Amino acid sequence: MLDQIVFYFFAVLAVISAVMVVTRRNVVQSAIFLITALLATAGIFLQLHAEFLFIVQVILYAGGIMVLFVFVIMLVSLDVSLNQVQFNRQWWLGLLLALVLGAQLTIAVAVGRAGLPLGEPAPAKMLEPSTQLVGRVLFSEYVLPFEIASILLLVAMIGAVVMAKKKI
Amino acid sequence: MNEFASQHPILVVALPKIVVLLLVLLTSLAYLTWFERKVVAHIQSRWGPYRVGPHGLLQPLADGVKFLFKEDVTPAGADKFVYFLAPFLSLSLAITSIAVIPFGPKEFTVFGQPTPLAITNLNIGLLVLFAITSMGVYGVALAGWSSNSKYPLLGGLRSSAQMISYELALTMSVVGVILMAGTFNLSEIVMSQQGFHWGFLPRWNLIGGPMPQLLGFLLFFTAAVAETNRAPFDLAEAESELVAGFHTEYASFKFAMFFMAEYSSMITVSCLATILFFGGWLSPFPQTAAFAWAHYIPAAAFALAGLALIFYGIRYLTMFGRVVLPVLGVVLGALALLFIRPGVTEFVQGPFWFLLKVVFFLFVYVWVRGTLPRLRYDQLMGFGWKLLLPLSILNVVITSLAIVLTQR
Repeated sequence: MLDQIVFYFFAVLAVISAVMVVTRRNVVQSAIFLITALLATAGIFLQLHAEFLFIVQVILYAGGIMVLFVFVIMLVSLDVSLNQVQFNRQWWLGLLLALVLGAQLTIAVAVGRAGLPLGEPAPAKMLEPSTQLVGRVLFSEYVLPFEIASILLLVAMIGAVVMAKKKI
Repeated sequence: MNEFASQHPILVVALPKIVVLLLVLLTSLAYLTWFERKVVAHIQSRWGPYRVGPHGLLQPLADGVKFLFKEDVTPAGADKFVYFLAPFLSLSLAITSIAVIPFGPKEFTVFGQPTPLAITNLNIGLLVLFAITSMGVYGVALAGWSSNSKYPLLGGLRSSAQMISYELALTMSVVGVILMAGTFNLSEIVMSQQGFHWGFLPRWNLIGGPMPQLLGFLLFFTAAVAETNRAPFDLAEAESELVAGFHTEYASFKFAMFFMAEYSSMITVSCLATILFFGGWLSPFPQTAAFAWAHYIPAAAFALAGLALIFYGIRYLTMFGRVVLPVLGVVLGALALLFIRPGVTEFVQGPFWFLLKVVFFLFVYVWVRGTLPRLRYDQLMGFGWKLLLPLSILNVVITSLAIVLTQR
């Protein structure tokens, strides 16, 4: 019961703030609503006992990437964006397509519900501490993809520095 | 009542704990301002607050009342929503972080429900603290932007850039401790620091473990001072250049909220330094028969402080002080008497040593502010990126090497 209340609270919060992100005219307010949406998603992770995913979502997305967003927006003049057209002329077509897709998904889930593999959720106390688990798997089973990804990130970082700096 | 408590542990146990800790925290925030003004004043050969109450002891109260009754102006052209949001965000985030700090080892029971000496004991306690720290940038950045004024914008930009830069060094500097403890749980990190070198030197992370974290501690504390925007890294509010930085346009209680947030993060950082490097609530004396007297140190300290207050107080300048100071002394003496009772003695050990260490770090904070001049902005950035970050990575490499070599 409590689980459901918590889930619907965060779900509704995430959806409402996601809508607000695209409908606000003020860019900073859009950014704030995007942060809210990300945090609400983090809340859903926590409600599913995925501690590590929750904290990574908060630290990386809400605390890292969005800070850089806000940082850049602060330096941009807002007057220009306030006078621009917010949506292009086909916005009603997009809305229609989105509604059709949503209806299709809803019907598909409603009809095929019996066939969906919905296992019984494990009781919260049974779960191992997920942080240790993620770390162990990442550095044993998936160590090669992990290292490749980190080298890719390093290359991107160095590339960004090289491109941004006039003289090295 | 016991039955009701077992059915509703949140209502009966967690909620009162939160309320009590919040009251204690807010009071100590107020008295931290008094402490800072007094210590800085004595460093600069002044007396500091002296008029309101004996030795200015009621000054925080006077300040609070003054903040409440000042006119609350909103600058023209400010983004109202964000302008109101920023101080609330700062203060609530700063206060939330105290929820994961464990104050002692003992569990105590409320109506038959055992509960730890912390609001919550999370497996990812340390990560939660870092998440809150990283969210703290928003308060500063949004306050600077929404004020619609030049100085706050520059101050907000400066300090958010500073906080982003030093967050890296801050996080990297504690990786050594995490590697040695093997957990993010703050209580377990403290428990991993038990034991003594040669029977008397505590094996705290600062000087114990496979690789003593002295370097890690220095990096951590430097980065933390910068992260909390305190002197000598308080460029966000460099008066000579930026008036007051990001909170220039804030008045009344919204201004006070920024200040409370700053002091609250000082307390959190001091708690974290204590837990990670100085053995948290662990006593510096071994639990052997030769050191049995160490159990009575809290009581003795309180009794001495109480006696000193009484003898000093009865000869105080004003009538008010002659009443208040001895009464305070008697209260401290009564607490000392309480502390030598059998059950209580064991219970106060943890919180006593913990708070003593935290107060020491708060003193260091103020001491640094009274001693060092402010850095220049480019020096600050260079210091963070070119010295602290490489050194903290070096610390991680050395510590992991030491752990691998000793565990073989």
